[in-house]
Amino acid sequence: MWQVFFKEVNSFLNSLIAYIIIFVFLTGIGLIMWVFPETSVLDYGYADMSTLFSYGPYVFMFLIPAITMRMFSEEKKSGTLEILFTRPLRDWEIILGKYLAGFALVFFSLLPTLLYYYSIYQLGYPKGNIDTAGTTGSYIGLLLLGGVFTSIGIFSSSITENQVIAFIVAVFLCFLLFSGFNSFASINWWGRYSDTIDKLGILYHYNSLSRGLIDLRNLVYFFSVIAIMLLSTNLILGSRKW
Amino acid sequence: MSVSVKSLTKTFGTQKAVDNISFEAKEGEIVGFLGPNGAGKSTAMKIATCYLPPTEGTIEVCGQDVRSHSLNVRKNIGYLPEHNPLYLEMYVREYLDFVGSIHLSNTTLKKNRINEMIELCGLEKEQNKKIGQLSKGYRQRVGLAQALLHDPKVLILDEPTTGLDPNQIIEIRNLIKAAGKNKTVIFSTHILQEVQALCDKVVIINKGEIVANSTPKELLKLKTNNSLVVQFKEEISEKDFRKFINSDKIENLGQNQYRIAVAENDDIRPKIYQYSTENKLTLVKLTEEEGQMEDIFRHLTINNK
Repeated sequence: MWQVFFKEVNSFLNSLIAYIIIFVFLTGIGLIMWVFPETSVLDYGYADMSTLFSYGPYVFMFLIPAITMRMFSEEKKSGTLEILFTRPLRDWEIILGKYLAGFALVFFSLLPTLLYYYSIYQLGYPKGNIDTAGTTGSYIGLLLLGGVFTSIGIFSSSITENQVIAFIVAVFLCFLLFSGFNSFASINWWGRYSDTIDKLGILYHYNSLSRGLIDLRNLVYFFSVIAIMLLSTNLILGSRKW
Repeated sequence: MSVSVKSLTKTFGTQKAVDNISFEAKEGEIVGFLGPNGAGKSTAMKIATCYLPPTEGTIEVCGQDVRSHSLNVRKNIGYLPEHNPLYLEMYVREYLDFVGSIHLSNTTLKKNRINEMIELCGLEKEQNKKIGQLSKGYRQRVGLAQALLHDPKVLILDEPTTGLDPNQIIEIRNLIKAAGKNKTVIFSTHILQEVQALCDKVVIINKGEIVANSTPKELLKLKTNNSLVVQFKEEISEKDFRKFINSDKIENLGQNQYRIAVAENDDIRPKIYQYSTENKLTLVKLTEEEGQMEDIFRHLTINNK
């Protein structure tokens, strides 16, 4: 598993993908948080990081599929997947290696934003006037959301040889799962089931975490979605054996 | 037996790609796997390397079944797929290091093997280049190096010399020969001289079925139809000649050369000599052509429907 992980990480570093992703993420989030007047923390005047956590998912929605889109589709197209699958590696080792590599990149792009936390902590009046528990919960939520998006990206990449299709499918699925269910639930059809539908989406659990309460149910939700996506990937890649 | 294929069948939907084939390859043997395009060679190789599962029957590699001991089989196999897929954005050494890390946990052993392979495959000058920058011949060497890196007992090569120039073909051939001394090598090819030059054993398949399984020498004995090549110094009337020989299977090769197809037990040489004396012709050439590999291949794969 780690061989595949390091291969993918090296390929991020060699192909500049990693630097571009991190650069774009940090520049985008930095502009939104500190410069653009509508969303700037400085203009808003409250010492909290909600800007990062409300815009972050939408930036991830495009960046993560861009990271993961090549992972299986490129190997399928060039035929290297055959070489990979005829190595003494189990299928899940290959999938997990690639997944963790993608997730590592998400993790490292999020890491420097801790600086924002420090800045706001210092800027607060009185100093340290920031909802630390809520921020921690939000960070965990955003990280788990990144994990879910990565698993969706890996899955989309496994269903096609075409990277563009993989990207578009991944963005669509991320959007659907993130805010789609929430919007569906607000349609006036479901009656008392609307709450259940809302709970199927990521947004419900994400918001729940951002209140600073780490509820096991929310964690189970995130890990289940990741597991379902990776198992589906395993199923798709194993379909050659049917 | 290093590799034994046991009544292997593979169907894709309703199409039978491989139909009940069985053969064996011993340790130290180089087996040529021939057949027209679409005969099922690559499919059989993909089954042997555990990429695809068999529909019926099985393949055993070093005594281990591809179905139940897939991981062990994959440890014992070095595989070069058709078209030699490679990570073009990787450096040669980086790629070999990645392959090595999968097979060999010992880092010093891995390093030594990589250096050996780079030397064996003649990649010293190219080792720090990106694979995408290499020419086709060098890419093929990288493909062979990755297949040989973990010193596998069985080497499976799918058309290793396709698309190379004659010099490169000979280099790759020598490499296979050198590397395959203590291994079982199964390779597919379309170049029939290669089989004669390299193989201890030939397996020809057509439409998923085995049509020949023997040594190249024995295969050559399967003379399908002999032919005589005759050359006269003077111009002759082809019509008369045909009439005299009483054969339709005469081919004009130009410069008064004719190829005559003859049945196996029919010696027409005296007749030709007679023809030349009667017409006061000078017979400058009269040679018997042996059955060529190509002819046998054509015979086996076209007539057997």
